[in-house]
Amino acid sequence: MKIDKGTVHVVGDHIDTDQIYPGRYIEITNPAEIADHCLEGVDPALRGRMKPGDFVVAGQNFGCGSSREHAAITLLHAGVGAVVAESFARIFYRNAINLGLPVIVCPGVFQKVTEGDEISLDVAEGLLINHNTGETLKCEQLSTYVMEILSSGGIKPLFRKRLLEKND
Amino acid sequence: MHAIEKIMARAAGVPRVGAGEIVTVKVDFAEVNDLYLQTIYSFREMGGTSVWDPEKICFVFDHYAPAPTIRSAQIHKEMRGFVKEQGLTHHFDINTGVCHQVMPEAGIVRPGMILVATDSHTTTHGAFGAFGTGVGATDMATILISGEMWMRVPEVMKIEINGTLPQGTLAKDVILHVMGQLGASAAVYKAIEFCGTYVEGLGVSDRMVLCNMAVEMGAKTAFMVPNEAVLSYVNQRYGTDFEVPVTDDDFEYPLSHVFDVSDLPPQVAVPHRVDHVMPIDQVEEVPVHQAFIGSCTGGRLEDIAVAADLLRGKQIHPDCRLVLIPASSEVFLEANQKGYIEDLMKAGATISTPGCGPCLGAHEGVIAEGEVCISATNRNFPGRMGSTGGAIYLGSPAVAAVSALTGKLTDPRKYWGGESV
Ligand code: SF4
Repeated sequence: MKIDKGTVHVVGDHIDTDQIYPGRYIEITNPAEIADHCLEGVDPALRGRMKPGDFVVAGQNFGCGSSREHAAITLLHAGVGAVVAESFARIFYRNAINLGLPVIVCPGVFQKVTEGDEISLDVAEGLLINHNTGETLKCEQLSTYVMEILSSGGIKPLFRKRLLEKND
Repeated sequence: MHAIEKIMARAAGVPRVGAGEIVTVKVDFAEVNDLYLQTIYSFREMGGTSVWDPEKICFVFDHYAPAPTIRSAQIHKEMRGFVKEQGLTHHFDINTGVCHQVMPEAGIVRPGMILVATDSHTTTHGAFGAFGTGVGATDMATILISGEMWMRVPEVMKIEINGTLPQGTLAKDVILHVMGQLGASAAVYKAIEFCGTYVEGLGVSDRMVLCNMAVEMGAKTAFMVPNEAVLSYVNQRYGTDFEVPVTDDDFEYPLSHVFDVSDLPPQVAVPHRVDHVMPIDQVEEVPVHQAFIGSCTGGRLEDIAVAADLLRGKQIHPDCRLVLIPASSEVFLEANQKGYIEDLMKAGATISTPGCGPCLGAHEGVIAEGEVCISATNRNFPGRMGSTGGAIYLGSPAVAAVSALTGKLTDPRKYWGGESV
């Protein structure tokens, strides 16, 4: 599973779910509308600069805070190719994987990738290439089960398939 | 094995589990709150038609109780439809309160169970010796269908807290202090066990405060060995049909921390991080526009009693609002019977419907740009309670109450025992 070249938007440490998707918009249920408020709590102008296929690079504990799935939905539907961080909060991590949004732990990424850099990512191999510096960074490899969810396009298609098989 | 590992091993149907292992566990109870209509959508998208067990699932309407907008009214409507269609035996509508308060009250929570909810503060139920953890909407949908979920067995971090608190310092101050010392990512992917002489002597409410905020350090779940107070609470409400999981003597904790709280002064978490914590007497003067006492952290009877004791016969500052929201209807009724509600209303408080209120910025007292709120809740992230240009200080219900009195962040110790300096 490879993700093509895209532009990086860098955010800091401890970016919480209220900054990724403010609580006052949680009643919105339409994914396209949810995407309008992506990372609004970090920088209200950021959404305007994001293009489909871009990457978000973060420091420690990205996604801490609430269990709202909107945090993963907003990134996914804003077209984010992957979130690469020093570390992730647990519930956000599960939500993202379940929706088919690659979230990759890459030690050192916060230092070695800067705003506006172009990167590409090999999720299965755990390799990140920074095309601006020419550097290749090693990411943590995902477990087999997580890879299975991601390559099925999220847990929904996987679960649907399993339910059908069970009912056969 | 640790008690938490024993709970997981039982639920996974295996003799042993160890940290780092991925296991599939059977869930004993699942709760969906009213932020998570997506759960029902995901359930249907995956081909779900009927839930795994209608007696082990409930919906709680707390974040939007009562509905502040047409959209949230629609969410409640669709959820009520699902509850009826699936014949769920438990349902908590807008007249009940915050999920983490109403589930123990209703006799759902007991030691040794696995409780999963669409809410990060599900760690609260560690106060009862239960394994509580939060999940997102789609995760929950898979549970509604299968009654199971996969989990990684967490490492257990032991946090031993000893000592007796000085007057004016409360459980909230203790957990703020611990978070300030250890940091907001200290327990990511881990479980926290709270123990020590301080913890052993705590009542149900204070135990819930500590476990509630374990998630602010990233914890997947929290645990306390059930004490007498908890066991009698559970016996009254649930019954006696449960087993208390016990940690083996030879279990070795991979991580442990020890605190002594005998001299701990009241603490506050200053904007915008839960782990930016300092003793209140070291914070510079901060004018406060609103004080909020409520939520699954600070809205129980004990919290309201503290506020009533501090404010009885007094008037809050004219430039400050005091919003008070009991965590549940049961709490509200008791606070009313004891006269606390009358005391607080006479002191100038605004009382609102049991539920989450402004804790997550949905309604009932959100703050404007440039405003400061001192809150007995659990998060001070930018925009959490309204405008991203507002500022939230987290403190105990006592700090919130006396700050409402003076209109600025105030050390409650000066006001304890009827004195006012
Ligand atoms: S009271 Fe606050 S923290 Fe507790 S469940 Fe409600 S919104 Fe979440």
